[in-house]
Amino acid sequence: MLSSLARVVGTSAAGTVTTAVPVDQRYLFEARQMQALSLTVHIPLVCFGIAFPVLVLFAEWRYLHTGDSLYRTLARRWSKIMLALFAVGVVTGTILSFELGLLWPVWMQDFGNVFGLGFTLEGFSFFVEAIFIGIYAYGWDRLSPRLHFASGIPIAVAGVAGSFFVIAVNAWMNHPTGFRLAGGRAVDAHPWSALFANPFFWSEYVHMYFAAYIVAGFLMAGAYAWAILRGRRGRYERTALGITLSAAAVAAPLQVVVGDWAARDVGQAQPVKLAAMEGLATTTRGAAEHLLGWYNGHSVVYGIEIPRLLSLLAFHNPNATVKGLNIVPLADQPPVNVVRFAFQTMVGIGTLLALLGLVYLYLRLRRRQLPTARWFCWAVVAAGPLSVVALIAGWITTEVGRQPWIVYEVMRVDAAVTGAHVIPFGYGALWVVYLGLGGAVWWLLRRFSRVPLEPELNPELSGAHHAG
Amino acid sequence: MLADVPVVFVLAGITAYTVLAGADFGAGIWTLVPGGGQAGAAATRDHTRHAIGPVWEANHVWLIFVLTVAWTCYPGAFGSIVSTLAVPLLIAAIGIIFRGTAYALRSQFDASGEPGVRLVERLFALSSVLTPFALATVIGAITTGRVPVGNARGDLVTSWLNPVSVLAGVLAVAFSGYLAAVYLAADASRQSERALARDFRLRALAAGVVAGLLAVAGLLVIRAEAPALWHGLSSGLGLALVIVSALAGVVTMVLVWLSRFGAARASAALAVAAVIAGWAAAQEPRVLPGLTVTQAAAGRATLIATIVGVAAGAVVLIPSLALLYSLVLRGRLDAPGSVNEPDTAGAAKATRPGRADGAGSAGRTRLEAAFAVVTLVAGAGLLVFADPAWAHGLGALALVACAVTVFALAAEPPGSPGSSGSPES
Repeated sequence: MLSSLARVVGTSAAGTVTTAVPVDQRYLFEARQMQALSLTVHIPLVCFGIAFPVLVLFAEWRYLHTGDSLYRTLARRWSKIMLALFAVGVVTGTILSFELGLLWPVWMQDFGNVFGLGFTLEGFSFFVEAIFIGIYAYGWDRLSPRLHFASGIPIAVAGVAGSFFVIAVNAWMNHPTGFRLAGGRAVDAHPWSALFANPFFWSEYVHMYFAAYIVAGFLMAGAYAWAILRGRRGRYERTALGITLSAAAVAAPLQVVVGDWAARDVGQAQPVKLAAMEGLATTTRGAAEHLLGWYNGHSVVYGIEIPRLLSLLAFHNPNATVKGLNIVPLADQPPVNVVRFAFQTMVGIGTLLALLGLVYLYLRLRRRQLPTARWFCWAVVAAGPLSVVALIAGWITTEVGRQPWIVYEVMRVDAAVTGAHVIPFGYGALWVVYLGLGGAVWWLLRRFSRVPLEPELNPELSGAHHAG
Repeated sequence: MLADVPVVFVLAGITAYTVLAGADFGAGIWTLVPGGGQAGAAATRDHTRHAIGPVWEANHVWLIFVLTVAWTCYPGAFGSIVSTLAVPLLIAAIGIIFRGTAYALRSQFDASGEPGVRLVERLFALSSVLTPFALATVIGAITTGRVPVGNARGDLVTSWLNPVSVLAGVLAVAFSGYLAAVYLAADASRQSERALARDFRLRALAAGVVAGLLAVAGLLVIRAEAPALWHGLSSGLGLALVIVSALAGVVTMVLVWLSRFGAARASAALAVAAVIAGWAAAQEPRVLPGLTVTQAAAGRATLIATIVGVAAGAVVLIPSLALLYSLVLRGRLDAPGSVNEPDTAGAAKATRPGRADGAGSAGRTRLEAAFAVVTLVAGAGLLVFADPAWAHGLGALALVACAVTVFALAAEPPGSPGSSGSPES
């Protein structure tokens, strides 16, 4: 073991593999934007990967339990959407795995030995997901009902496991442990403990897990609320709305508690990120919370100040000392207004979604009715896109809040970027491709929504005929 | 030796990707030239599309597997390769996006007469040519030592646009078409589609001849352009594997001629696998100029972790893949003849009462509601007010339990299905 270690160190010292090559920084901006664009496209699909199989299986389980063919129709139609979104997710995920190397080769080269295992394991869960989604989606009518239901379970498990491994890598980038630095690169790496014994990991993962149900649930529910607004208020639409909206409405209020946990973990592990999220310039005892406003380089102006609330929220003590941006030099601070605006967007939308969820649960559980009033349906239609905005804003908060580091306080992003001169071309090409992809997905989903219900289903189930 | 084990994983992954996903690309290539056979162009396109439907996503994941093992175990070499070869990798990435999207779109069209179908099909076919070509030029560049160690140190153009790389790309496209024709003939024969089986038999024979000629031409180009590689391929293990590949190729042609498609599938895959193994044997122990496998390898703990991870993953993966391919090869996932097949479960259970009926369900609902409240209070309390990590873990679990319970109550409220919503509010 010592000899292999010495070899790695020796290789680096001999300069055959070196990080000291001056890299052209002109393309850093494009590389960053390319990565951000690809993540923005991929993350909403991940939400469907986590939450959708569970909802499909719930519908199929209801069918097996009650024999009501409505649930079978629901599960079957949803499984087609699930397959199409998975196909798109496969390609956007592949692009990401290309980009991690294409854009940040030095990061791979110097730290791949620590975090790479997470992606290797994710590869296996990706395999399982791809294998069983093929069996499930093509196995309707071909496998026995119980076997078919069973073939869907690995999809749900793999959706959870895949995000688990990927977020383990992100948590490691935010709170890097499990290696020793020698000549600017990681040696003596212990990937298992680095990835899975990371105290920063759990809050980030659970936060994303709940977010998946909020995003997938509200987006799906929004489509059915839209159908109800258009006059299609049959049992099919109402049952579908009930299942999808229940998932989102349960997750949204609980996310407030999980988010509070995540924010306190950030406060402990990354005080500078917390200071940027709150626009706290200097270390303060009994720090105030500011809603809205603008950070002018010294303090938040034009905001609503609530005294001592930040100290109370972050450390459960109104007089606690909260570290400010001034604990690190200006060059090591993230762009405060981007992080702060993203954070406030996420919290603001998240609060509205939690309220909507509580209203729904109250009406559903106490009044025993599925609310279909116009104002309510419009709120659900709006909640879908808003939840995606909150999701992206949350990732901007954690990713931009980590800047200028790719590996927190170990490697800067500008030291990781590629020296290849084709990045602006790639950035332009990717925009064109993603715009086409977005158009294609939109067309697909519209088409799915217009496929008439299967003839085996009693036409009275759907309100489409009443709408005429 | 420990540092060599992940190389075996990478090579096995490349082989699986070439043999499985390569055939999926090849199926896409045949949709570009679907005519000329006894079966109509539309039937040919439908056959290829249905054949790859259940498997292409799983086959595609081998690429991800290769990338992740390579960057974990040989991070320095990986960084050098992807930065110098950014252009072909970007082309492959865009090809992959187009192909996946085109496939998802095409599956939604019912008939080939709809507007936009042709555009989507062209996109699918062209990206099926582009992606294997671009990926194989990467192999060509590595093989001929055109990727120096370092961040984008090599030439961004000539590293992958050179005789050997271009030949590798063309060969990859030809191999893909050849494999696909053999597999598609086998699928057609299983489904008793006589005309399609005949067509793809002829296509397999033609593609086999083309691929064989290209392989011979390739050896001549390698001899002229890359003496080191030529030396590896013309002696020792490299030579043995080249011979194995050639023999397997000839055997495949005979089997296809005899319409023994099942066995041909295996020997065609062997021919391609032997080429990849031969390349590895010829290049061993060098990864990049001046960098051996041992020098490129990550530390011991990383290698062991990856080996353990891959072994554990294989325990799950191998039975899963076996299940998928056995279902596919036995025709259990073939497109059903009609949309409305008998609905056995519904018939058997249509009379089974839902659990919401009866007096017992009210008590259970109250119990569930109480459980939800308890888990909510416990979860929120542990997450907000406790400090140890185990308490946070317990709190998160309690919240998930609460979420599941409330979801069950809300998604399936007491009462008959008909009462689950008021028509007007």
